[in-house]
Amino acid sequence: MSTLVIAEHDNASLSPATLNAMAAAQALGADIDILVAGADCSAAAEAAAAISGVGKVWCADNAAYGNQLAENVSLLIAEVAAPYDNVVAAATTNGKNIMPRVAALLDVAQISDVIAVESADTFKRPIYAGNVIATVQSTDVKKVITVRTTAFDPAPADGGSASVEAIDAVHDAGLSEFISQEIAQSDRPELTAAPIVISGGRGMQNGENFKMLEGIADKLGAAIGASRAAVDAGFVPNDMQVGQTGKIVAPDLYIAVGISGAIQHLAGMKDSKTIVAINKDDDAPIFQVADYGLVADLFTTLPELESKL
Amino acid sequence: MKVLVAVKRVVDYNVKVRAKADGTDVDLNNVKMSINPFCEIAVEEAVRLKEAGVATEIVAVSIGAKACQEQIRTALALGADRGIQVETEGGIEPLVVAKLLKGVIDKEEPQLVILGKQSIDGDNNQTGQMLAALTNMAQGTFASVVEVDGDRLKVTREIDGGLQTLSLSMPAIITTDLRLNEPRYASLPNIMKAKKKPLDVFTPGDLGVEVSKHLTLVKVEPPAERKAGIKVDDVDQLVDKLRNEAKVIG
Repeated sequence: MSTLVIAEHDNASLSPATLNAMAAAQALGADIDILVAGADCSAAAEAAAAISGVGKVWCADNAAYGNQLAENVSLLIAEVAAPYDNVVAAATTNGKNIMPRVAALLDVAQISDVIAVESADTFKRPIYAGNVIATVQSTDVKKVITVRTTAFDPAPADGGSASVEAIDAVHDAGLSEFISQEIAQSDRPELTAAPIVISGGRGMQNGENFKMLEGIADKLGAAIGASRAAVDAGFVPNDMQVGQTGKIVAPDLYIAVGISGAIQHLAGMKDSKTIVAINKDDDAPIFQVADYGLVADLFTTLPELESKL
Repeated sequence: MKVLVAVKRVVDYNVKVRAKADGTDVDLNNVKMSINPFCEIAVEEAVRLKEAGVATEIVAVSIGAKACQEQIRTALALGADRGIQVETEGGIEPLVVAKLLKGVIDKEEPQLVILGKQSIDGDNNQTGQMLAALTNMAQGTFASVVEVDGDRLKVTREIDGGLQTLSLSMPAIITTDLRLNEPRYASLPNIMKAKKKPLDVFTPGDLGVEVSKHLTLVKVEPPAERKAGIKVDDVDQLVDKLRNEAKVIG
């Protein structure tokens, strides 16, 4: 039995999501190799080689893979995956973009957003916005899996000394071209990796009021998120969205401010260790999952909270 | 330019779905069914392309039992020109859906195929990408802006941390994200007109596809319940609890 983990990286460094995918791969109980596909990605490959428990790092370093275009990278992964029993990637937007394409090339199902590995062929995954957990068994010879990163504690990033082997195969499908990328610059931690997240909902009333969360976020070292309602209302960009169709987070502390608690939002945050809800509506469903609820007007509460932290 | 739009019949997004008592599947008895919200965005995008003079014909496709004709009619009421149902029984896996859609694409030869990024029942987020692989087309997943630019398609995608813009050769596959557009409501006259629009029905056999099964649903269960905690009286008590009881802030 053997498993190929697809590294998530920006060519210069590995994304922490790779370590969560690695942990899920370890639960499969097979030998693990890692594929780093990118351009000028040797630093990422070296980092992958240092992960504890990795047998070998395949490094496909070519301009065709530099921007993770699904059309090119999927062809590469499908080829490299040939001798492996499992192909595992994190369910990031990148993993979600590429892996189903890989599965279709291999003519197998993909098992999305796995939260637990029950055995080599049986997995748990949330469906219906996490209202139900399904246990599914795969009958495919090769398992293509994406992993919900919050469900697996990261594997140790060091302690390994795997060899790095270059792959010369170049797959340029010639179907797509990269034009540009805008990544929001922030000194705050990344939403899915932050130990504390403070999120605002429709109750924030406008985008300007989200500034009230920033002071608290700075004091706590927190990331700032939002409910879909706040995104739909145009208060904040979609990359801040926490929920079924946004980001899945599970920080040590989640503070929901002016968020009613629709099931689609709960799907994205209810595995947080401690949940605080601040809402003036005593009946808001968010209080049913909150460890600490404060029924109060957020516009008086937030400045007070910031001053007392 | 012909545009193909895939629509799925799913549990309405306001329904709180539960597992059956015996854990064999979810309980969907007497629940409201609707068009998947992301598919609605896909239909809206196609209609806007037609209104802009870019698209000439919109074909709405759904795969499922006869009841899914209701969602095809919804798409027709929103502005699609004709419908295709591929008649299947029971749950169909995304890979098979992609194969059936490829069969329809081989017949219809659209320049652009628009799907929702995920359906809110299975939450798989696979079909568009699989379809792109099977048809060897470019894919623009999680799209928030789509512009046709001559024989290329410029797509802005929602990615972790921001936005990415790609140029795709056509024919291409798009999957929709939430911010692509805000779907309109169908007007009553358009709902009446939709009843008269053509709707063809095919079987998987007509499309040369064998309905295979790769996954077995072993059981379903409710997620671990979170117990509601306590209500605190004021900010002081909240900060005290977080500091001394939960110990999550310094």
